[in-house]
Amino acid sequence: MKPPLFDYHSPTSLDEAVALLASTEGAMILAGGQSLVPAMNMRLANPAALIDIQRIPGLAGIRVNDGVIHVGAMVRHRDLELDDAVHRANPLIREVMAHVAHVPIRNRGTVVGSLCHADAAAEMPMLLVLTGGRVIARSASGTRSIEALDFFEFHMTTTRKADEMIVEAQFPVLPHGAGFAFEEFTRRHGDYAIAAVGAILSKAKDGSVASIALAACGVSSRPLRLTDAEAALRGTKLEAADLDKAARAAAAVVTTTGDMHATEAYRNHLVGVLLKRAVRKAAARAS
Amino acid sequence: MTSSLLDLMPVTSADPKASVTLTINGVKVTREVSVRLLLSDFLRHELGLKGTHVGCEHGVCGACTVMIDGRSARSCLTFAVQASGAEIRTVESLASPSGQLHPLQKAFQECHALQCGYCTPGMMMNIMSHFDSGEKLDLSDDGIREMLSGNLCRCTGYLNIILAVRSAAAAMGKA
Repeated sequence: MKPPLFDYHSPTSLDEAVALLASTEGAMILAGGQSLVPAMNMRLANPAALIDIQRIPGLAGIRVNDGVIHVGAMVRHRDLELDDAVHRANPLIREVMAHVAHVPIRNRGTVVGSLCHADAAAEMPMLLVLTGGRVIARSASGTRSIEALDFFEFHMTTTRKADEMIVEAQFPVLPHGAGFAFEEFTRRHGDYAIAAVGAILSKAKDGSVASIALAACGVSSRPLRLTDAEAALRGTKLEAADLDKAARAAAAVVTTTGDMHATEAYRNHLVGVLLKRAVRKAAARAS
Repeated sequence: MTSSLLDLMPVTSADPKASVTLTINGVKVTREVSVRLLLSDFLRHELGLKGTHVGCEHGVCGACTVMIDGRSARSCLTFAVQASGAEIRTVESLASPSGQLHPLQKAFQECHALQCGYCTPGMMMNIMSHFDSGEKLDLSDDGIREMLSGNLCRCTGYLNIILAVRSAAAAMGKA
């Protein structure tokens, strides 16, 4: 399998890149290429031109400040995963990233690229939704911030406009004292999730759930916040009945139909099981 | 040839070319190639380095794994133009010029860690990248399986490959 014909541009500034994006019909940004190149090889993508952003200075930076982890557009998965400052600021990130494909893929693929690819079963879009992060979109006419919940629209579809390049992703740090967990089920390690659930949970003094965020991937046409399940657990002491209620609420949002990996009933059940595991683990880690 | 057929033919090729300069196993090379040329094909067809094998060409099997700037990567998921300026290491860099096997190759041979050998170059470059990274290696069965998880082998059942990785790590002072 070889990619179809395309024009290639290798800009050396952001201004040049966004100008090319605006002026070139059918152009796509090429960063690590770990999703785009196979999609081209299989003729699932056929961009008229690729704008390779790896030679633009300043896009590979990782910065932690004011409670936010800033991830530039050329930051590769492996760099974010191994960054100690990031790990101290939000240990959930490394835990989730161990599930993103394999090391040779993580060595090349970029975090922002994965977000823009927006596979509904992929971990990184779910992580952005779970943490309440956002992306920064830049075009020739300016810059805007897009919240995670407004960014992911459908399978492989985001609200990024055709002339916009996502230049940064922002992941909030883990709230002080919060527990976290990520539970995924796949046929093989490194595959896309059949379903996965992530949890961030803070406890009140009496041990009840003060705040909770839950998100899932693989269960719908985009990564979801499990808001009904969150509501079922907020203020509770996570008794079995509370967890059952949350699991039912999570199962109710599953819209992925049965496929070669799992029937619809299987996924409905699975998301509840993963939710319970994630919530229990997060609660045990919360202080 | 009829003139109508000639009319259909473009005057110039629509396949744009670019100059690629990279360092391959310590040697700097420059080639003018199509921008759609994959790094795997660049290595095999332009440079004649056929040790890098091409399996699935969509990043699943790991047979084409090489090192790009010291890190393992799929050469089938990288365009040669993207690797311009980079340092590439392939399996040809392992054995000495006189044919003396590298300790990793020796371990594969001694442990019978290959049968058809198609996946072996990718396995080795992935493992070399782990050995060279300076990271603390987990040489338990699970740890080695995790290291190898991006490389498919259809012959061995992996058990002898796990033994070979552990044996090579010991021989290379990485254990």
